[in-house]
Amino acid sequence: MSDVVNVTMKVNGTDVSHAIAPRNTLADFLRQTLELTGTHTGCEMGVCGACLVVLDGRVVHSCLTFAVQASGSTIETVEGLSERAAIADLQEAFHQRNALQCGFCTPGMLMTAHSLLSQPGVPSREDIRDALSGNYCRCTGYEAIVDAIEMVARKRHDGAAAPQNEEVGA
Amino acid sequence: MSALTPLDRPNSYIGRSVPRPNAKRLLAGRGRYVTDITLPRMLHVAYVRSPYAHARIVSINALAAREMPGVRLVATGEDLAKLCTPWVGTMDHFKGMKSPPQLPLPIDKVVWSGQAVVAVVADTRALAEDAAEAVTIEFDELPAVVDIDAAREPDAPVISPELGSNLCFHGKIDTGGIDEIFTGAAYVVEEEFHFGRHTAVTMEPRAIIADYDASEGQLTVHHATQTPYQFQDIYSRHYGIPESRVRVIAPDIGGSFGMKLHMYHEDMAVVGLSMMLGRPVKYVADRIESFVSDIHARDHRVRARMAADAEGNILAMDVEDVTGIGAFSAYPRTSVVEGNQVYRLMGAPYTFRNYRADLQVVFQNKVQMSQYRAVGHPVACTVTERLVDMIADKTALDVFDIRSRNMIADDAYPCTSPTGYQFEALSHHACLAKLKAMMDYDRLRAEQAELRTKGIHRGIGIATFVEITNPGPAFYGVGGARISSQDGAIIKITPSGDVHCSISVTELGQGTETIIGQIVAEHLGVDSNRIKVMTGDTDTTPHGGATYACRGAGIGGETALQAAKKLKANVLAVAAAILQDEPEKLDIHSGWIVDAATAQQRMELSEIARIAYFRSDTLPPGTQAQLSVAHHYAPQGYPFAFTNGVQACHLELDVETGLVKILKLWVVEDCGRVINPLLVDEQIRGGVVQGLGAAFFEECVYGDNGQLTNGSLADYLVPMAVEMPDIEIGHVETPTLDTQLGAKGVGEAGTAAASAAALNAINDAMKPFGGTVAQVPMTPARILKALGHI
Repeated sequence: MSDVVNVTMKVNGTDVSHAIAPRNTLADFLRQTLELTGTHTGCEMGVCGACLVVLDGRVVHSCLTFAVQASGSTIETVEGLSERAAIADLQEAFHQRNALQCGFCTPGMLMTAHSLLSQPGVPSREDIRDALSGNYCRCTGYEAIVDAIEMVARKRHDGAAAPQNEEVGA
Repeated sequence: MSALTPLDRPNSYIGRSVPRPNAKRLLAGRGRYVTDITLPRMLHVAYVRSPYAHARIVSINALAAREMPGVRLVATGEDLAKLCTPWVGTMDHFKGMKSPPQLPLPIDKVVWSGQAVVAVVADTRALAEDAAEAVTIEFDELPAVVDIDAAREPDAPVISPELGSNLCFHGKIDTGGIDEIFTGAAYVVEEEFHFGRHTAVTMEPRAIIADYDASEGQLTVHHATQTPYQFQDIYSRHYGIPESRVRVIAPDIGGSFGMKLHMYHEDMAVVGLSMMLGRPVKYVADRIESFVSDIHARDHRVRARMAADAEGNILAMDVEDVTGIGAFSAYPRTSVVEGNQVYRLMGAPYTFRNYRADLQVVFQNKVQMSQYRAVGHPVACTVTERLVDMIADKTALDVFDIRSRNMIADDAYPCTSPTGYQFEALSHHACLAKLKAMMDYDRLRAEQAELRTKGIHRGIGIATFVEITNPGPAFYGVGGARISSQDGAIIKITPSGDVHCSISVTELGQGTETIIGQIVAEHLGVDSNRIKVMTGDTDTTPHGGATYACRGAGIGGETALQAAKKLKANVLAVAAAILQDEPEKLDIHSGWIVDAATAQQRMELSEIARIAYFRSDTLPPGTQAQLSVAHHYAPQGYPFAFTNGVQACHLELDVETGLVKILKLWVVEDCGRVINPLLVDEQIRGGVVQGLGAAFFEECVYGDNGQLTNGSLADYLVPMAVEMPDIEIGHVETPTLDTQLGAKGVGEAGTAAASAAALNAINDAMKPFGGTVAQVPMTPARILKALGHI
């Protein structure tokens, strides 16, 4: 296992280059080599959605992608989206609505929500539930997540700012 | 202007929907789970597992593995047994229960498929897995004990011959005269129920890093668990390390649901491996390993009958529960608690006094079964509520009417169940009435009748329940288990007037730290954003029970409340000395010492702290400011704080395909004082969805040879967003008078009754066709079978 290959990619706006074992997945590369631990692995077989990241503008399972396959690509993780405030309104809505408990699925949920809300139009609750069905959550029962995404979808559509400290739920 | 509500008082946080401050970190991807932690010189372990459900270990050959790149250690059961003393999962108050001794890794035989046999430690997990493949183990396969009836046959192979049989525990309850009551009853209904095994599927699998430093004799364990103190005790006793030298840290936990409070063999082994190597060793179960090593839940066959008089008054229940728990009773909480709660919670909402039950807890060659969210409750609730519906059918009573006729009256408390549970105060009738209004029941029934004429088959199911929360020492302590029912908190005021609270209840995402902050803020009199709450570290928090059995809010919350009041008295004593006033004439509002009568601000809390910490020379002689307090609270009074509630499920059944669309769930719940409605409601919703998972999807399916046949997330179904309904929640508040806070637990209420409501709804939808279902999960195939289509 001494064989290594070089991978080069742009991750969260920064060019990175590392020599890694060819069997390393993108998830392992992000988590272990780059220490971007916001991306999680829940099943390592492309089912649970905890490992979703943005690769060249598409949301992909980083557990099903070898790091070498992603060489030359542009990757964005929850850390990158957070730092450039691309999902600040989603994060705020999740927070206010308590749309997370243990938080392990949350980065993947945010990826799916980010992708869904990048599409034109305002998704219905059924659309949101459908889009989230590649993301498992064992804590929330999903409703609060649907509520939070629906709220952001409407606000974005209405051109309004992200919610500010309003009391939600209950 | 509206009247002043309790929420209009200064710093009135109890009862408010306060979002969780610690959730922001998780949202930014900055959670720190055990899976994320890397320590210097850390190694990784992979386990070689048994492919057989039952086999003798003939030989282990690890020569090739030891030579593989990066391998630092290959360890067997014998190696670890030199360091670790065995554990036995029994408790004294379950008379006659037995279970064999367990070791981290087995020495001469394996007792379930997937049991870890050999540990391979290497520089990376991948290298450890490479080397694990080079380990060869010769097994001599033995007959697998799988079926709960075959296991109890006189000629069955006995998994642990020293125990004499495969029966772990046999319990009986009999109030007397049951046969006569059934013989004389106007109506008797009976059913055989099957509750499949399912499992927690926490999104973060089990994870642990043990770090033994021989120079100090210090063991530090980063452990994804909800009960760090329990594991501190276990690691100390079984590895012979003084307790003061064992530190267990539970950082962010990616879901637990009761699954992460049991002793797992791989986890115990990691401690020994770190001691052998003198280096940190990390183990993270992958998902396939989780399915064959995390505890499974339920696994009951219940034969039950219920007798009623001609008016539909329930007279008696007669129950036989057989439950399969795997080859051991889990440690340290035992695998009998589940069955014990099943047969003691039967019929709990109702007034009938005659009850007979038989519980048999059976060993088998499967992974261990033990406590998971709503221990025993869904089984007791489903059996009871289905039988109640069957009596309703016999007597032509509506499902609401049969329940109001038989439920304990709201003014009849305190009272005791036929099985000995003491109820302080429940609110079944208030909850039932509220639910009926919330769901617009009469309209739904009319709609159901109309749709049936169009070939659309909807079902309405309700299920009323009682939940065990706030357990006292009667739960574990009296049985000899070193599991605390009390909690401790240390609250201190920092020199700038902020507040730091470290407490023994733990955070799993349910919001423990948030509600503790709310309680301290309200009872100390400071803004909640000036409070930091710390949990999950045995070195920095007092010893306590942590999180299990819905005790965090009720017991941990009361601990925080009493500690805050104690600290407030200390602050006011110093303030009075400085202000030359009487302490009882002062109060604290929003971080200011105020006149109690007028609320006029006298002095900032930060000024008290500054003087106490830096200018104590200016205090009156003899004044010693005590701006930190430590306080413990152990529940007294009732052995448990029971909660109650009722759920309704509305669904649509496709009678051609057996597919079900769950349309809506309603829950009315009484958890006493609601501290944070936002968090309470999300606990209920999450719990309901786990209950619906058990009702429709989740099952660990075993073959006859004891092999788990669907142990991956591609094969084992968990509820997805698109399958789940919106869930409407209402509350009735009956605070417990055992505490000043008045809160009871709520984390398991959703799971307790969701599958019962769903099962009743399916049977209601199938009514025109005559079929019935009494097995969960209610898969399309089982529904089609009930309908006679297959």
